[in-house]
Amino acid sequence: MTTPPKAPLPPADGRRRPRLAVHKLSSCDGCQLALLNAGESLLALAERCDIVHFAEAGILDLDAEADIALVEGSVSTPEERERIQAIRSRSRWVVPMGACATAGGPQALRNLADAEVWIGSVYPEPQHIQALPTADAVAAHVDVELSLPGCPVSTQQVLDALATLLAGASPFAEQDKVCMECKRRGQVCVLVTRDAPCLGPVTVTGCGALCPGLGRACYGCYGPAENPEVPTLAQRFADLGLAPDAVARRFMFQQSGAEPFQQAAQDWRRRAPDGAPGNAGSAEQGHD
Amino acid sequence: MTATRFLPRERLQTLFERIGDLGYRCMGPQVRDGAIVYDDLSDAAALPVGIGAHQAPGRYRLEHYAHARCFAWANGPQALKPLLFAPEETLWRVTRDAAGRLAFAAAAPPSQRRAVIGVRACDLAALALQDAHFAGDHADPGYVSRRRDLLLVGVDCGHPADTCFCASTGDGPAVSNGADLALTELDAGFLVRAGSAAGRALCDALPLRAPSDAELHLGAAEIEHARQSQRRSLPARNLRDALFANLDHPQWDDVAARCLACGNCVAVCPTCFCSTEREQPAIDGREAARVRLWDSCFSAEHSYVHGRLLRPDTRTRYRQWLTHKLGGWHDQYGRSGCVGCGRCIAWCPTGIDITREATAICTADQPEGEA
Ligand code: SF4
Ligand code: SF4
Ligand code: SF4
Ligand code: SF4
Repeated sequence: MTTPPKAPLPPADGRRRPRLAVHKLSSCDGCQLALLNAGESLLALAERCDIVHFAEAGILDLDAEADIALVEGSVSTPEERERIQAIRSRSRWVVPMGACATAGGPQALRNLADAEVWIGSVYPEPQHIQALPTADAVAAHVDVELSLPGCPVSTQQVLDALATLLAGASPFAEQDKVCMECKRRGQVCVLVTRDAPCLGPVTVTGCGALCPGLGRACYGCYGPAENPEVPTLAQRFADLGLAPDAVARRFMFQQSGAEPFQQAAQDWRRRAPDGAPGNAGSAEQGHD
Repeated sequence: MTATRFLPRERLQTLFERIGDLGYRCMGPQVRDGAIVYDDLSDAAALPVGIGAHQAPGRYRLEHYAHARCFAWANGPQALKPLLFAPEETLWRVTRDAAGRLAFAAAAPPSQRRAVIGVRACDLAALALQDAHFAGDHADPGYVSRRRDLLLVGVDCGHPADTCFCASTGDGPAVSNGADLALTELDAGFLVRAGSAAGRALCDALPLRAPSDAELHLGAAEIEHARQSQRRSLPARNLRDALFANLDHPQWDDVAARCLACGNCVAVCPTCFCSTEREQPAIDGREAARVRLWDSCFSAEHSYVHGRLLRPDTRTRYRQWLTHKLGGWHDQYGRSGCVGCGRCIAWCPTGIDITREATAICTADQPEGEA
């Protein structure tokens, strides 16, 4: 869910340039790369603010104070639980970016299971693993001013938010569903033409309706849109022939930690014959 | 319309050539990604030859036949609307110079002579409604400029889909006006009627002959058959009062339980005209663009007024769509906003059928004896 922005960032006091920090918690670095891939725009950004911490770009000062703190990754370890508090206390705007930071990310799948059992079954010496029982969104631990969802975020989405903040205005929080973007681009609906279990009708856009444009059903990377009719869509997938566990899995990609998706995953797992996902068919049915 | 003439099928390419000679960029129907879409097209062989389209609520499938016809299908997801009311369009830009001065500049209206071949009657009726909205008192420069340069070749609809109901709204299946040229497709070729001076000039340049009586009869019979074969319908009266008298009808809850509030119905509807605007700021802080996008009454922003959503849920959003489309439109533009194309039925991911919803809400209200 996109968060409505709070107050605009007041202009920096004039004696110094605004400071930008890019933090990382449990994540794959893909969102940092989305920003790093901005190319020339990154140089323009560096002309308007001081980038005080951005590990992917080789700038390291974890404890720097910042006007804007982009945070990638979920809170998954005791150390991160401490660190997000420290980031909060040193930053004026905390902006979680990406599915991990806004909803827990793929690692939040463990929230639906018993994380300790998983750790025990994977690692020969589980006592060395320091992990919280759940992988949480940043907003579950500290107040945030704006959320930038996506897996990964799009470069343009991050640049637009930063450009607006640096201009002293409230960044726009996207609320449209992927379907609107899909239709604006003149793409042919994969759900209607191929029964593909597309999450576009419940997912907030920001990706440019990328997957339907390539003939794939939307995976819901950007997470639930406002007013997401998730139970209605899940029922539609079942009516189109998806088995209950396959319906559940559609909601268990990067955004399983987002409340409406998590609810659908749990509801449809319960309806599966043995109460848990088996291996009956791929979650990606409906593709040739 | 002038006297009907006949264009043999093997000479269809000359239509594209003569239109091209007049300096138009030709657009027409073609198969892409499992549907019939309109895009650049200058070769008659690239038309959907032998293609049909099976449509049902929430379902669209192309079908292949052994015939040579290229217009034997009912409309796909879009036709004219995106060509005129652009899904995304820059309206103006603002730049800031070194001294901090702002300069605003309107985007130059696009100029391009385009011809669209294969437009259906329902879309010509929808075009008249879009004209009333975008080219009326508060004309939209982009729309007007694209509209002015448009040449339209209509084709009567001989193969309505299961979702079509243009006969009941009075907008099809035959092309009656709004096209420069109107065709009726037969096996051997096309009956051709001119509907404007540009159409008559085009006719003079085409290798046409007089049609036989049998050909004329066949054309009329096919259209009549198309009319008879439509199974869906909207009540033929003005539904405005019935809809607004039933704002608390339980059917609104019923449909809200099936509706995703995804806006696909609005996006494919050839008459819907709502838009929103966004800022696109450049990261260097020296430039921003104002962009207009298709919006829909299923989005939150559409009813956001003074810090609150007037229509917070799917029930009130679906109700807005139906009451505006079939009710409020009468007040605004003197007729219903539905031309019976059936797109909102086929392209709704859950197959919601506007004719069924409208009938369920309005029928109880209908006085005895009124058909
Ligand atoms: S393909 Fe998916 S995103 Fe696109 S319109 Fe269909 S359901 Fe919506
Ligand atoms: S309301 Fe539906 S059937 Fe009527 S014109 Fe719009 S898309 Fe076509
Ligand atoms: S039906 Fe909805 S989207 Fe369409 S014109 Fe009316 S308010 Fe706008
Ligand atoms: S009626 Fe269908 S297409 Fe329209 S918003 Fe509801 S689910 Fe989407």
